[in-house]
Amino acid sequence: MDAPAIINALGPLVAGASYEAAPGVDFATIYVAADRLVATCAALRDTPALRFNVLVEVTAADYFPRDPRFEVVYHLLSVPNRLRLRLKVRTTEMVAVPTVQGIWPAAGWLEREVWDMFGIVFDGHPDLRRLLMPEDWEGHPQRKDYPVQIRKAAQTYEPLEVSEEEFKANMARDRVKRPH
Amino acid sequence: MAELRTETMTVNMGPQHPSTHGVLRLVLELDGEVIQSITPTIGYLHTGIEKTAEQKKWQQVIPLVERMDYLGAQSNSLAYALAVEKLLGLDMPKRVNDIRILIAELQRLASHLIWLGTHSMEIGAVSMLFYAIRERELLLNINELIAGFRFFPSYIRIGGLREDLPRGFHDAVNAFLERFPTKLDEYEGLLTKNDIFLRRTSGVGVVTQEDALAWGLLGPIARAAGSDYDVRRYFPYCGYETYDFAVPTATEGDVFARYRVRMQEMRESVKICKQAIARITPTGAWACDDTRVVPPPKDKVYTEMEALIQHFLIYSQGFTVPAGEAYVPVEGPRGEHGTYIVSDGTNRPWRVKMRAPSFMAIQALPKLVLGGLIADVVAVIGSNDVVMGDCDR
Repeated sequence: MDAPAIINALGPLVAGASYEAAPGVDFATIYVAADRLVATCAALRDTPALRFNVLVEVTAADYFPRDPRFEVVYHLLSVPNRLRLRLKVRTTEMVAVPTVQGIWPAAGWLEREVWDMFGIVFDGHPDLRRLLMPEDWEGHPQRKDYPVQIRKAAQTYEPLEVSEEEFKANMARDRVKRPH
Repeated sequence: MAELRTETMTVNMGPQHPSTHGVLRLVLELDGEVIQSITPTIGYLHTGIEKTAEQKKWQQVIPLVERMDYLGAQSNSLAYALAVEKLLGLDMPKRVNDIRILIAELQRLASHLIWLGTHSMEIGAVSMLFYAIRERELLLNINELIAGFRFFPSYIRIGGLREDLPRGFHDAVNAFLERFPTKLDEYEGLLTKNDIFLRRTSGVGVVTQEDALAWGLLGPIARAAGSDYDVRRYFPYCGYETYDFAVPTATEGDVFARYRVRMQEMRESVKICKQAIARITPTGAWACDDTRVVPPPKDKVYTEMEALIQHFLIYSQGFTVPAGEAYVPVEGPRGEHGTYIVSDGTNRPWRVKMRAPSFMAIQALPKLVLGGLIADVVAVIGSNDVVMGDCDR
């Protein structure tokens, strides 16, 4: 099933959506607007002729300085129909993409990784935290305007330092607590 | 008598824990021995390989992607090479495809042997690890023979292979294939009807087929739950459709079913290897003849100016890949290994993304172990066969 056939099948199922087929060397690729993404995914999963029951992966590509700079890419697989499909959503830093976790639970960590690496916000995601980078990391490393090699001082925590007087005082207090 | 007070206990498992297969960290909330909640934390092995790949030339990415899933190294490089070849529109000679299939299947055996050894060791059968490592050593010797490097041979290249097969390759592979099935019988004799092993694995970490697919657990985990999805069958690559092999499945979806599926998979891999080694001639084509990608033979480089220029261009600037994008999956040892590449038409990739089966397996871990016992976590992690290098990339 090629991209126009899938778009034709989706047309009557999703109200007010407009799709755009993109050329590809491997399998069908269609662009969808962010506001129709969830309805489209539900139709793709539940329509018998399509039945895309597996979300293979979610990733993104940064086409900086093009505007809108990001494309979020969903790779779908239909095991019963032996079909693959690439679904794409154009977005920017400022525009959120709705989460598809309600359709495929596998989207949870995949969208978290995209947020971690690109800073694309997924609307309605219950747990949008850092996944691969440390929790206090600044910036989103996979963006094209993020430098490749940066030097960042290793974070350490102050060692617990006890002066000799404090040590003796602690020992004395401890002795009082446990009288022989 | 005073009333007994009960509270849940929080246990931190990892990142330095021998049964977490590297640096996986789990925070478990326990009610006695029963798991109330489990939170995996990953990223300790994140090395930014995808970002680094964007700075390299196309061919230079091969050693990088092999270091992602370090136990199934050559299925990573196979997926990457196939994706780039798809954009370039290259077709491989039949001999190259057969060698690639042979190497991918030997890699699957090596990876499954490590899974078998570590998984059984973690649930008590310690000696199994030494038996598994013993046979894997022979596979690493074959890697050393073809490339001089035992773990990450980088033998599969864009446009074919690094060089022709070495002398003695057929003998080494045939000797291994002769020896291995009897060793498999020995492993099964130790484990399959072992009462302790059965009690630790039967009915543990059950996942249904619908859940396995919805959570993206494509590969042995889904096949142990009843799905027959195997990339080699559904979307054949490298000519797998011309090979005779079965796709083992089970329906229980528990740890023991995954054990049975992987053991059977090893037997099928041996079958494929035997067919492949019979088809591969000792010498012959080891790369395609596209001069954009493959440097000309040395005798031409020394005698013809054009060949010298081409040789120089390939090794200094690399080659360019037509603008576009491609996602190519292969059936790796852990499930569907996919590579998504984007090219902007230059000599460096714009984006390289690996689809990591271990990432999905760890994401679904809470689904598999919730409500079970803490000892089951070790069995489930082992049976999911996670590699943290694959997960964190």
